[in-house]
Amino acid sequence: MGSRASTLLREEEIEEIKKETGFSHSQITRLYSRFTSLDKGENGFLGRIIKIPESPMCRRVVVSFREDQVNFKGFMRTLAHFRPIEDNEKNKNPPTSEPLNSRTNKLLFAFRLYDLDRDDKISRDELLQVLRMMVGVNISDDQLGSIADRTIQEADTNGDNCISFQEFIKVLEKVDVEQKMSIRFLH
Amino acid sequence: MAALWPVPLLISQSLWACLALTLPDGYPEPHNGPPTAGFNYSHVDPSVDLPRALRVFSLDYHHVQAPFEIVLWIMLASLAKLGFHWSGRVPAIVPESCVLIMVGLLVGGVIYGVRHSAPPTLSADAFFLFLLPPIVLDAGYFLPGRLFFENLGTILWYAVLGTLWNVLGIGLSLYGVCLLAPSSLGDISLLHCLLFGSLIAAVDPVAVLSVFQEMHVNEQLHILVFGESLLNDAVTVVLYKLFESFLRLPSVTGLDVLVGGCRVVVVGLGGLFVGLFFGLVAALTSRFTFRAQVIAPLFVFLYSYLSYLTSEMLHFSGIVAIVTCAVTMKQYVEANVSERSNTSIQYFLKMWSSVSETLIFIFLGVSTIQDIHMWSWPFVCSTLLLCLVWRATGVLLLTAVVNKLRRNAVTFRDQFIIAYGGLRGAICFSLVFLIDDFPKKRLFITTTIVVILFTVFVQGMTIKPLVELLDVKRKKRALPTVSEEIHSRLLDHLLSGIEDVVGYWGQHYWKDRFEQFNKKYLRRFLIGEHHQTHSSILRVYQEVERREQQGVEETPPVVDAHSSSRPLLPEEMDSIRRILSRNLQNFNNKQMPAYSRHTLHQDLTTDKTRKPLHRHQSLTERCTYHTITYCPQRADGEFSKSCRGRARLSRSHTVCSASPRWSERPDSLVPAALNHTQPSYPGPAEEEQDSPQRRTQIERATKKQLSFILENEKPL
Repeated sequence: MGSRASTLLREEEIEEIKKETGFSHSQITRLYSRFTSLDKGENGFLGRIIKIPESPMCRRVVVSFREDQVNFKGFMRTLAHFRPIEDNEKNKNPPTSEPLNSRTNKLLFAFRLYDLDRDDKISRDELLQVLRMMVGVNISDDQLGSIADRTIQEADTNGDNCISFQEFIKVLEKVDVEQKMSIRFLH
Repeated sequence: MAALWPVPLLISQSLWACLALTLPDGYPEPHNGPPTAGFNYSHVDPSVDLPRALRVFSLDYHHVQAPFEIVLWIMLASLAKLGFHWSGRVPAIVPESCVLIMVGLLVGGVIYGVRHSAPPTLSADAFFLFLLPPIVLDAGYFLPGRLFFENLGTILWYAVLGTLWNVLGIGLSLYGVCLLAPSSLGDISLLHCLLFGSLIAAVDPVAVLSVFQEMHVNEQLHILVFGESLLNDAVTVVLYKLFESFLRLPSVTGLDVLVGGCRVVVVGLGGLFVGLFFGLVAALTSRFTFRAQVIAPLFVFLYSYLSYLTSEMLHFSGIVAIVTCAVTMKQYVEANVSERSNTSIQYFLKMWSSVSETLIFIFLGVSTIQDIHMWSWPFVCSTLLLCLVWRATGVLLLTAVVNKLRRNAVTFRDQFIIAYGGLRGAICFSLVFLIDDFPKKRLFITTTIVVILFTVFVQGMTIKPLVELLDVKRKKRALPTVSEEIHSRLLDHLLSGIEDVVGYWGQHYWKDRFEQFNKKYLRRFLIGEHHQTHSSILRVYQEVERREQQGVEETPPVVDAHSSSRPLLPEEMDSIRRILSRNLQNFNNKQMPAYSRHTLHQDLTTDKTRKPLHRHQSLTERCTYHTITYCPQRADGEFSKSCRGRARLSRSHTVCSASPRWSERPDSLVPAALNHTQPSYPGPAEEEQDSPQRRTQIERATKKQLSFILENEKPL
């Protein structure tokens, strides 16, 4: 998987990815060319920080994936979360587990954005970190703290001062996650 | 209604003004088109009555008559506008355009009553050459560029295809109606119907703007309707001229139609290129104005007006030209001229467009009082009906197609607003006067006036309640909880980032390409050197400031952070909501209030950010404090008169490596701030120094896992 030599995508890999993620053949090849264009050193994987070359004002996206280095499969797996949920997913064989772009999996992806130490709970500190990133410099720490407290309070049902995944799902039940986390990938 | 006392004062002044206008005998209003009565200098010249004797006091009205009357009209318009805003609850119910037309009707009636002849009408030349350009220029200058280009495909789709659909539909159906009533309408040919269709189908930017801004629609919807009304000018003008020339030809062949089709493209593109050319020249000129800063704003206006006139001269679309010119030169001019000049430019634009708009509506009202009306029930009613029907079906059909290609679908509510908000205005009015004379021309004029009045009054007044009715379902939903807001925002960030990763072609690819070209060539050429180095820092701050919503007027009450389990009091809850709504960064947020005609606060952030930039020396290893004054922006877009309080927003930007744990000092750097402010260090040269710094940051901030930081570029 992701050996240095395989800069070309093999058919069986495409099939694997297709089965796992649900992308179509053309989408996979297109995203592969995107992957290689991002992969500056032709290493076969992306580093922690991806610099988007075309972005003119040095727009940089820092997306760190599960591992320190992301190969194409991991890349596709992550992107698979963002496929729009289609009403009629035609699958020859019913998938054994939920497809990657189901609502639960999308929410799990989002949950893991918060949950940095992967203990399946969002603690107050983790929440504060993410909040601070989103909110910018204008807010004092106290105010931010209270916002974090409020957030946890709204979600926490079992009183452990952390947000578990189930509580997270419950809080976001009214939000249209499918629409918010979907990109219309070109075919 | 305590604030009504100025109203009688204003009314009396207005009445005085219009009475004064009725005084001069038979001399039509100076900027009238073909003046039927010539200069009617009376034979009596009061000042020379008693030759050789010195007079203590003399009156020579004719000497100043022309400018005096113009000023009186403008004064009347402005007073009416003032009165409108002072009149209590009226603005909530009746849009400004309606009130102005009513005032115009009143004035027209008074003049008619006093003079027993038709009051001065709005001449097409005056309208197209003097009254329309400021409005369009203002609209183009403040056009939210990024949103516009993101939705450009949809806008063009609506503008070109929608207008074609409307024109052909209305024209052909009207012809059908005329065939059905041969007795009264028999002499209206197909071409006449098509000609009429072409001028009545066009949605008018002036009317649309004036109604929409009181409606507080979201940005996306606003840009769709507004963009459409701007761009359909190209199609309308071409079709109008096409049908007009067909009318003059002895016969029409297929080749002529084809030529007409080509003309649409030529007109649109021609206007575009003229606008581009003048925009670039203006940008270049502004580069050299730093020695004579006072006249810098003048260049903006002169070049824009020149572009308009040039494209009118070449029979291109003047509106497209002037909008393109404004959009093109804006970023370079803003970088080149001083802040005061920028402010002047913006204020003058607003002022002129405001005056123009008021004058247009008043004249619409005045011109309605005329001798030359011809009424025909079937024609008028069917026109009204057909306008509505064809627009509605057009919008529905087009949206059904375009929704498949868009990411943010145009909802049904939006479609309703687009269809119902297609107001006709002064452009139709002027165009109908320009038709060559034929027996039924007066009918056309009357019908046009009726349609305009109907759309402005009925549709303008009812659109807001109808929209609120449609919104009732959405309002039942409770305010989003704090969690929901935060998590939604995170998802937005995430999505933007992933889009970046994927390199979302089609939407951003060309834009990115253009930005590269822009940076490499255009900016270097068009922006003066001593501005260049600042402009990058400028952009940093512009971006950051722009994304921060206006600051608080006084620091919000500090909430006790230690208690984590007690339920929060309502006022604390409110302050939290306020903080969130103001500070969470918005990406692709469709719910932001849109461009407003009367105030500048949409762009206030970009203006005001420039002040601290010159104080800021460098971004490294230094703590700098800025006091930036903002006009706090109200979510409901009230007029800036209520927002004039100065707000203090102090921030510091420090770039030094700090631990991910924020320290206790509220002004310390946090990694996020670093990531947000640092970023757009422009130029690839600095990327390398950035990344290691950030890499360490990130490694500390996130152990293994997904952390998502997005530095966004400055939106166009």
